[in-house]
Amino acid sequence: MAARRPSAGLLAACCAASALVLLPLGVTVWNAANAGGEVAAALLWRPLTGFLLLNTLRLIGCAVIATGLIGTALAWLVERTDLRARRVWSILAVVPLAIPPFITSYAWVSLSPGLENFGGALLVVTVAYYPLVYLPVAAALREMDPALEETARALGLGRAAMFGRIILPQLRPALLGGVLLVALDVLVEFGAFALLRFRTFTTAIYGAYRAGFSGAEPALLAMVLLVLCIACLTAEFFVRGRARYGRLGRGARRRAAIYPLGRWHGPAQAGFAVWAALTIGVPLGMIIYWLAQPGDAATAPVAASFGAVARAAWSSIYLGAAGAALTMALALPLGVLATRYDGWLVTALERSAYLAQSIPGIVVALALVSLTVHTLRPLYESTPLLVAAYAVLFLPLALVGVRAALTQAQPALEEAGRSLGLGRTAVLLRVSLPLAAPGLGAAAALVFIAVTTELTATLLLAPIGTQTLATQVWADTSTLAFAAAAPYAAVMAVMSMGAAWLLAGRFGTADRVKGQALARPA
Amino acid sequence: MRFGLGEAVVGLGLGLALALAPGLGRAQTLTLYNAQHEQVVGMLTAMFTRQTGIKVLVHTGEGPDIASQILQEGADSPADLFFTENSPELILLDEKGLLAPVDPATLANVPAKYSAADGDWLGVLARENVLDFNASMISETALPASLMDLARPEWAGKVGIAPSDADFLPLVSAVIRTQGKPAALAWLNGLKANAKIYEDDESVVAAVARGDVAVGVVNNYYWARLEADLGPRKIDSALYHFKHGDIGGLINISGAAVLKSSKNQAAAQKFLAFLVSHQAQVALGESEIDFEYPLAPGVAPNKRLAPFSALQPPAISVSKLGDDQDAGALLQQAGLI
Repeated sequence: MAARRPSAGLLAACCAASALVLLPLGVTVWNAANAGGEVAAALLWRPLTGFLLLNTLRLIGCAVIATGLIGTALAWLVERTDLRARRVWSILAVVPLAIPPFITSYAWVSLSPGLENFGGALLVVTVAYYPLVYLPVAAALREMDPALEETARALGLGRAAMFGRIILPQLRPALLGGVLLVALDVLVEFGAFALLRFRTFTTAIYGAYRAGFSGAEPALLAMVLLVLCIACLTAEFFVRGRARYGRLGRGARRRAAIYPLGRWHGPAQAGFAVWAALTIGVPLGMIIYWLAQPGDAATAPVAASFGAVARAAWSSIYLGAAGAALTMALALPLGVLATRYDGWLVTALERSAYLAQSIPGIVVALALVSLTVHTLRPLYESTPLLVAAYAVLFLPLALVGVRAALTQAQPALEEAGRSLGLGRTAVLLRVSLPLAAPGLGAAAALVFIAVTTELTATLLLAPIGTQTLATQVWADTSTLAFAAAAPYAAVMAVMSMGAAWLLAGRFGTADRVKGQALARPA
Repeated sequence: MRFGLGEAVVGLGLGLALALAPGLGRAQTLTLYNAQHEQVVGMLTAMFTRQTGIKVLVHTGEGPDIASQILQEGADSPADLFFTENSPELILLDEKGLLAPVDPATLANVPAKYSAADGDWLGVLARENVLDFNASMISETALPASLMDLARPEWAGKVGIAPSDADFLPLVSAVIRTQGKPAALAWLNGLKANAKIYEDDESVVAAVARGDVAVGVVNNYYWARLEADLGPRKIDSALYHFKHGDIGGLINISGAAVLKSSKNQAAAQKFLAFLVSHQAQVALGESEIDFEYPLAPGVAPNKRLAPFSALQPPAISVSKLGDDQDAGALLQQAGLI
């Protein structure tokens, strides 16, 4: 089907989408380059940069180990043991993905201010991000061919040796891919760390931006962060692309082997229950606890009345809908191009869109502020600019869904339409889109949820006077007014978890794509 | 513009209609850039709107950040008004010629020494720098006579500070003005060795109350607010006032100004007049939302505060305190921010 050439209109639309993604990157590089060598050296070679680098890398290292161990252990228990109530556990294990990380952070910091340190940050990211490891590892365990394990056992390997020499090597791509996503998300996460008062690159960039507004310092720090992010994304790309375990021979596919837990059954159930209490019980429990507390007028920047919560919810929904619309409008042409055509230009355009995954929200927002405060002034502090930022941030998310939906709509049916005399546009409207509609709807819904729970870009770009659920939780929590923040946090959690529930019900249990999607840090 | 990205963007075909944020250009709406506490400004703007029918859109941030935002936005800043916790940011904007003169009648409502000498900004409230201490960790008699003493080795590990909080800058400025830059830098280096660093004053009072550190350098506002917030649970810390004009007892002035670039001069002046009106000042003093000293004569502060007349602040005027620019640079040099 690759013989046809894409129309000029389609190419133009794709180039526009790709350029929009590259724009913040270009502005950041430009701003950083404008600083000049001496200033750049002075700003980067100071103790603060080393401190941030150490803080960030130390956290990533520990988070990777913690999420790797916990994610794999839980996936093993659910997929490969005779643990009772495995259905229930398999659902509970992915629920934390539907809770925005900064809400989890809010819950923990309101439980104990003693968590405002490295330990607290590690706890929050582990609790929030372990499903990114759990989901791919569980899928890999489910798909594994039992023949290998049977052979190993028959040849006399013990259980532990078999896990180390047979299972683990087969898990490597899924496990590595998962922990690299965790690393990427820890790098770009802002809200969760800011509320914990734990300093990483993102919080320092925010601080530098606020102090110097659009100077060289935030752009320089952003460059360091970008390099780290792109390294993570590249590593993930290679792990996913290259490392495959081929299965030779034709044996019939069988269900993966199940191992009895025996006397470990009790401890395993208890451990799972404790983990669910930490990951789901604490965030939801703390929100409910604070909902029941009287408001604290002295400390609450934003009092929570029904009207105020409703107004913030409306802003979030409105921005979510606008963000989803623009993101889908950009993702659709790219999806059509990627699934129906090929060639170097097609690959380049599609890859550039995925590059956005490695650009943190803080960097996108910062670039757009510095671009519009002097030039493009009418867009400064405007709703369209904020919506454009959302489109940049969530284009990869939409594209994954759009691509999958369009792949399912078979090109043969389109060709039939063409041969029966329909024009290209008519085929698109009457054949392709209706076939892909459910998948496209799911992609749009994911973007909607991602936008309504986004914090960083909203904080920097929202027009004066526009408050969303996320910015209100932020305003209250950063001054420790937990009770006042609770209603906003509650509405957000209900919206996010409700949407995830609907999507999962309609499109099967959360697969890896949706998992990644919902975990996109705010 | 300096670079050609603007044109490139226009060509991108974003398809974005330039629907400006609603309300920006509408008559009878003021835009306030706020570096005071949001809850205080929320109360004041609600009262003002009830009284005049003029709506106030609020954009909140830390003082130095908002000041640099106004500098960057320049002549077409959307802001009509700037309201901040600390005078140096107002002085900075005044030096750059961005502020419009305040109505003389409004200035007359507060003692002249708390407003700009040239009449371009208005003093509204005052707060006192204090040492917050945890009595179960240190006895009041062991507390230092001077803020400068906290840099001495015997205070290692006992002090909490928030150098990135906007309220810390004026203290550094005051030390620079009275002791000179080298002494101020030595003091900051000593503090850096001794102190636990927190993100903001809210975190410092919380840290002292939970026994993380024995003493914390904060504004009285934060302690009173935590006390009000904890209510019957009783706060586990108390305030120590520096005496005899020690630099540690510095008074910070919270003030407001109208921007020269504002297209709503008359309405903005009305807001300034409202801030120092008897009604607003009494409301501030009586509320359990603000814990600062109202500057209008004869208005009582919140009952949690020590009487204003009992304070013994250093003799340093707001204009001598300056614009905080060298304080920020010195903090960076000392590696505290």
